[in-house]
Amino acid sequence: MTIEELEQIASETRAKREAGTRELNVCMAAGCLALRSDALKGALDEEVKRSGTSCHVRGVGCMGLCSLGPLVADEPGGVLYRNVTAEHAAELVASPQSEATKKLLCSRDQAFFRRQTNVVLENSGKIDPEKIEEYIAADGYKALVHALGEKSPNEIVQEVSKSGLRGRGGAGYPTGLKWGTVAKSTGVTKYVICNADEGDPGAFMDRSVLESDPHRVLEGMIIAGFAVGASRGYIYVRAEYPLAVKRLGIAIREARKLGFLGSQICNTKFHFDVELRIGGGAFVCGEETALIASIEGRRGMPRPRPPYPAQSGLWDMPTLINNVESFACVPAILRRGGEWFAEIGTKKSKGTKVFALTGKVRNVGLIEVPMGMTLRQIIFEIGGGVPEGHRFKAVQTGGPSGGCIPEQFLDLPVDYESLKEVGSIMGSGGMIVMDDSACMVNVARYFMEFCMSESCGKCIPCRSGTAQMYDLLTRITEGSATPHDLEMLEELCDMVANASLCGLGQSAPNPVISTLRYFHEEYIEHIEQKLCRAGICECGPRLEVAV
Amino acid sequence: MRRHGFSRDALIETLHTVQESFGYLDKPALRFVADSLRVPLSQAYGVATFYHFFTMKPPGVHTCLICMGTACYIKGAGTLLNEAEAALGIHAGETSADGQASLITARCIGSCSVAPAVVLDGAMVGNMEAPPLRRKLEGWKPS
Repeated sequence: MTIEELEQIASETRAKREAGTRELNVCMAAGCLALRSDALKGALDEEVKRSGTSCHVRGVGCMGLCSLGPLVADEPGGVLYRNVTAEHAAELVASPQSEATKKLLCSRDQAFFRRQTNVVLENSGKIDPEKIEEYIAADGYKALVHALGEKSPNEIVQEVSKSGLRGRGGAGYPTGLKWGTVAKSTGVTKYVICNADEGDPGAFMDRSVLESDPHRVLEGMIIAGFAVGASRGYIYVRAEYPLAVKRLGIAIREARKLGFLGSQICNTKFHFDVELRIGGGAFVCGEETALIASIEGRRGMPRPRPPYPAQSGLWDMPTLINNVESFACVPAILRRGGEWFAEIGTKKSKGTKVFALTGKVRNVGLIEVPMGMTLRQIIFEIGGGVPEGHRFKAVQTGGPSGGCIPEQFLDLPVDYESLKEVGSIMGSGGMIVMDDSACMVNVARYFMEFCMSESCGKCIPCRSGTAQMYDLLTRITEGSATPHDLEMLEELCDMVANASLCGLGQSAPNPVISTLRYFHEEYIEHIEQKLCRAGICECGPRLEVAV
Repeated sequence: MRRHGFSRDALIETLHTVQESFGYLDKPALRFVADSLRVPLSQAYGVATFYHFFTMKPPGVHTCLICMGTACYIKGAGTLLNEAEAALGIHAGETSADGQASLITARCIGSCSVAPAVVLDGAMVGNMEAPPLRRKLEGWKPS
């Protein structure tokens, strides 16, 4: 594949689309599919055939505003319809201007769309994820062909370093530095692994990227493979995401067919191939050394670092592990330059971040914003705030490894450092909004239950510590705890955080520590007054309400 | 197994295929996989029990999966679970004595936008509430 051949595919595909035919783009990502967008697409197809209208019905990826799904975009023009069902098919195909369809209109000129900056999600909801030509028409694989033809591996690593991209899996390690380390390591073979084991409950960013734009991740991986000198890649994806697995499979096959994977990629000596590995549903496999153990066919148990995977990883070879979103940033960085990417964001956290905004917020969905936007802007402008009748209480970021951030920090600019300062972490990007109907002790107990059952059991601080903390939290929610239990809980937080082997144990106390810090009075109320102000825990004599 | 060249590191892939075909992993299947891939039976058993996705018990005719992810939990997945346990007369992770229904929970199925979500016989249903769930589950009982 040369740059000319690529341009030809792109222009042919664009010409076909720009022939002036009307397009109805139906979201076929997980959120809308759960609301039967597949049936809707079938009905639209049928209606177009029956009425003989010249209209093309396409399945595309996620458009972001999942709470108003299924979403349909009417192109050209970009009119968006929400809550569309199969019954609306006839009206939608026949007359876009009718009274009935006007009720379905969803304005694109609202904060939810206006306040976003799309880099990773630039193609999401615009292209058919199962067709490689559409990705190519959106400038896909251009960065790869260009990089292979005109850049040295070292120059690519430099470009990524210049962009200031940091690991999007949550820890925020500089991606360029990691690539440089692997490139310098010596080994017979080197590997590139894409971590798509998105285990945080309440997070679905990686799922959406894989379902909406799988080629983007592949392109990022191939470029990484060239830059660090690897010849094999693995994508480790959760078994719970069958659609992502299917679309990745299609993407890999199509990429092989066009020669982006395999030997002599783009007429160079570089060869690289990618294989899918399906996870088994263990949260700890998101930890890089556990993930490597799982790819090797063993139980997913972490091992102490160093040596880091960059020196000795998969089958003891130098291995580059990055998250889905990190790889998805790479094509854009190489196409538009590291400086361009570095201009977005804050001083220490560059670029954009995709968040899954869920919980008690009006606009639930997938958003991408520049680093440094405040929590208030994200939750109240983009998210539309907490539904009526309730008050914002806290926002949880970072899943079971993160913490709950209270109202007083709403004006905090979101980046890796600021979130850490207030006791949470960036994490992979789950953002769960809680209102006054949530009991923070109960939330802490929920996460501890999670960590307890997901602990792999290798090191004792994590295995027994989480179980003890869970027992203490259960006692508090049941109203049988004493003030001494609270002291013990605090001590255990410290012990588990400092003595555990891997990230799971080290961060397991975070939800407890952050709720103890900001919602201490709720713990005291549970213990001393046997009172749960949210009315969730049954910690005292139950109030019988006369009907 | 052949697709992966009987390689030892394909243990997890092989177990996935077995579970897909038979619905669960029983002891003869584990022994067969362990022998064919030349891994100790203890390792095959260890892997099969370590990962939540594998089950060693045959599933019921119908399965109800309740997502217990954070977004679903905040929006009342706990109530749904209690309702389902009451309707089926079993606890999470169990199959009813007549083999008709299994009740399982998931960590997060990534459908947080339609929380709380349940998966009934493989079909995802979003924005679930207790009464319709109960009606649906009671419909599974043999009449």
